[in-house]
Amino acid sequence: MPDLNARILVVDDFSTMRRIVRGILKKLGYRNIDEAEDGQSALKMLKQASYQLIICDWNMPVMTGLDLLKAVRADEELKTIPFLMVTAEAKKENILTAIQAGVSNYIVKPFTEEVLSKKLEEIFKSRAA
Amino acid sequence: MNVEFINPFINATINVLSTMGGVNPKPQKPHLKNGNRSYGEVTGIIGLAGKEAKGSFAVSFSRGCIEKIVSNMLGEDIQDLEQDIIDAVGEITNMISGGARAELENKGYSFEMAIPSIVSGKDHKIVHITDFPVIVVPFDTDDGPFFVEACLKCEK
Repeated sequence: MPDLNARILVVDDFSTMRRIVRGILKKLGYRNIDEAEDGQSALKMLKQASYQLIICDWNMPVMTGLDLLKAVRADEELKTIPFLMVTAEAKKENILTAIQAGVSNYIVKPFTEEVLSKKLEEIFKSRAA
Repeated sequence: MNVEFINPFINATINVLSTMGGVNPKPQKPHLKNGNRSYGEVTGIIGLAGKEAKGSFAVSFSRGCIEKIVSNMLGEDIQDLEQDIIDAVGEITNMISGGARAELENKGYSFEMAIPSIVSGKDHKIVHITDFPVIVVPFDTDDGPFFVEACLKCEK
């Protein structure tokens, strides 16, 4: 069962995508959703509060999603947080790079509500196992 | 421009706008562009740099079309329509570019990621990265047209 009380951080430089993801999460029943517009802001927020999931774009100015993923996995306090990459980067090479860096799951934009819902279920199921 | 370059952009455009934009875009006959004026009122443009080819891709929306798409994407969450349109066109450009680049990769052309730029206003200029011919694919939707432009120079 997904943890609807999980605190989720949505990271994307485009407000449109953050709002679409937040809208879907709210519809699915998630209550605690925060937003950041780049990896650097996200990292600060992750240090200040306890998050149970990061949903992050790849291609962002200041600090990319891949750099944020590497920083999270290298941080003793943050390294176990599930990390869902939601990105327009569908190239196989990029997906492999993200897997090697420790991504928990990967969604290629464009995506539907059903796809995001399924990925969240998979992530929370693997956490519970 | 090699015609095999254009189909990935057509496919990615239809995929992105039907999946997340809530419209059913119908591609019309492609043609070569004369001049650099936009066909639409809001345009997203993104560079495409790779070893095998380089250039740029743009998508230019009529007002009615992009208002409908943004309304479909954000629902009741529209805060500032002008700003929301600009932001949405950036993300749409990004998604189409990503989808097309993945398909082009399967044809042996690899491109680096880039950040899109947005230009708005009637009759604005669209400046592509190379001076190579620009192929335009018009699309019809129930709420007005939009136009995909691709300008790619093969380095092979």
